[in-house]
Amino acid sequence: MRKLKAKIMDAVGLERTLTRLSHEIIEKNKGAGNLVIVGIKTRGAIIAQRITKRIEEIEQTKLNIGLLDITLYRDDLLGKLEQPEFKGTDIIFSIAGKDVILVDDVLFTGRTIRAALDELIDLGRPNTIQLAVLIDRGHRQLPVKADFVGKNVPTSIDESIRVHLKETDGHDEVLLMHPETQA
Amino acid sequence: MPLESRHLLGLQGMSQPDIQLILDTAISFREVLERPIKKVPPLQGKTIANMFFENSTRTRFSFELAERRLSADVLGFQASGTSVAKGETLKDTARNIEAMKVDMVVMRHSASGAPHYLSQVINANVINAGDGSHEHPTQALLDMYTIREKLGKLDGLHVCIVGDIAHSRVARSNIYGLKTMGAKVSVCGPATLMPRGIEKLGVDVYHHIDDIIPHVDVLNVLRIQLERDAGRLFPTIREFHNYYGITRQRLERSPKPITIMHPGPINRDVEISADVADSEHSVILQQVLNGVAIRMAVLYLLATRN
Repeated sequence: MRKLKAKIMDAVGLERTLTRLSHEIIEKNKGAGNLVIVGIKTRGAIIAQRITKRIEEIEQTKLNIGLLDITLYRDDLLGKLEQPEFKGTDIIFSIAGKDVILVDDVLFTGRTIRAALDELIDLGRPNTIQLAVLIDRGHRQLPVKADFVGKNVPTSIDESIRVHLKETDGHDEVLLMHPETQA
Repeated sequence: MPLESRHLLGLQGMSQPDIQLILDTAISFREVLERPIKKVPPLQGKTIANMFFENSTRTRFSFELAERRLSADVLGFQASGTSVAKGETLKDTARNIEAMKVDMVVMRHSASGAPHYLSQVINANVINAGDGSHEHPTQALLDMYTIREKLGKLDGLHVCIVGDIAHSRVARSNIYGLKTMGAKVSVCGPATLMPRGIEKLGVDVYHHIDDIIPHVDVLNVLRIQLERDAGRLFPTIREFHNYYGITRQRLERSPKPITIMHPGPINRDVEISADVADSEHSVILQQVLNGVAIRMAVLYLLATRN
């Protein structure tokens, strides 16, 4: 059992953070004309949908959004005790020449992002890939850096971050949890 | 949940959740086959030997393609021109291949049960690519996948398997799998091509094709295996075609459209007329494409089962 250490974001805070991220993405790319959004399953995909909706509202446009399942590109696939489920990637448009905003919920070791980058590049040659994350909790094991960060949260390695979203968990919040206790 | 077994030897006794898992995983791999680069890395570093002691083109290509698309290293042989011809036993052949650190073996063999035997004497995962007239599990899985893709479900459908049931591993695997998934299965063919006791597998047996056509959703038309002496079991090919051949005239007597399947290779105008094989209700070429996705799913699920 993990015990709650701190509530990092509530529902209102999470909404505001996503709004700010959306504005930053538009500002840096000087509009949304060449953007496509790709979310990493499962919660990154939901955050990607929400960011997409905001950018569409702000810029009065429609964006292509794709969902990435990085299971086949994991570096621990053949050694894991529990078999990861492969639910499939869903990107029905070409990413060649596009500015891809890759979206995930929590940036931690960087291994998921490495897998996502490899898969994206197999799907085509984008102009740029930019990374947007809701939470950056540090402890990178690979040289990965996010372009857009909702909130930097310093953590110890054995703490954990829980992102709860309406679509999957019934409500919006981000929690920092204490290390697992042997009970 | 991983698959129950570390081998795929047959669908007899395979649980419903296991079949479901393979079919669902194959949907995800179908998407990979639509990509510009149809290759993904999950089996990097795994070596797979394709041991085809019996000739095969479609199944061997399909497995090889699935293996390569998962980035595995692939070895392959067909029986002629190898040490098999020099009298080596199956066990010795397999052990020698395994000594080269092969992780998985895909085997087709004319002897029923050969893959089961192999799975007991080597450590590699064994996948049955057809053993004698026993089972051909990946064919039945791709058939079920194709039916589900076309008709949206398996549960409650009525599938009739037509033709040479006695010699057919495809029929047997389909019966086991479809029954497990809740479909009703019938078989239809001349008595000489019908194995005794087949009804014990829970299927209805018909000898007149026109009696069953109005009741079915799917006809899975088997190939008349002329090379397996089937030609001696009915008077002439023309007579077989007249009594059992699936023709447009026969299908028009059904109140609803019937999905037409065939595991290939087709003998046109023997078990199926050319216009039916090429019709809009025929899913014969979808079966071939789906076969690659099904085999990718099976290889992936066995290799990552640990």
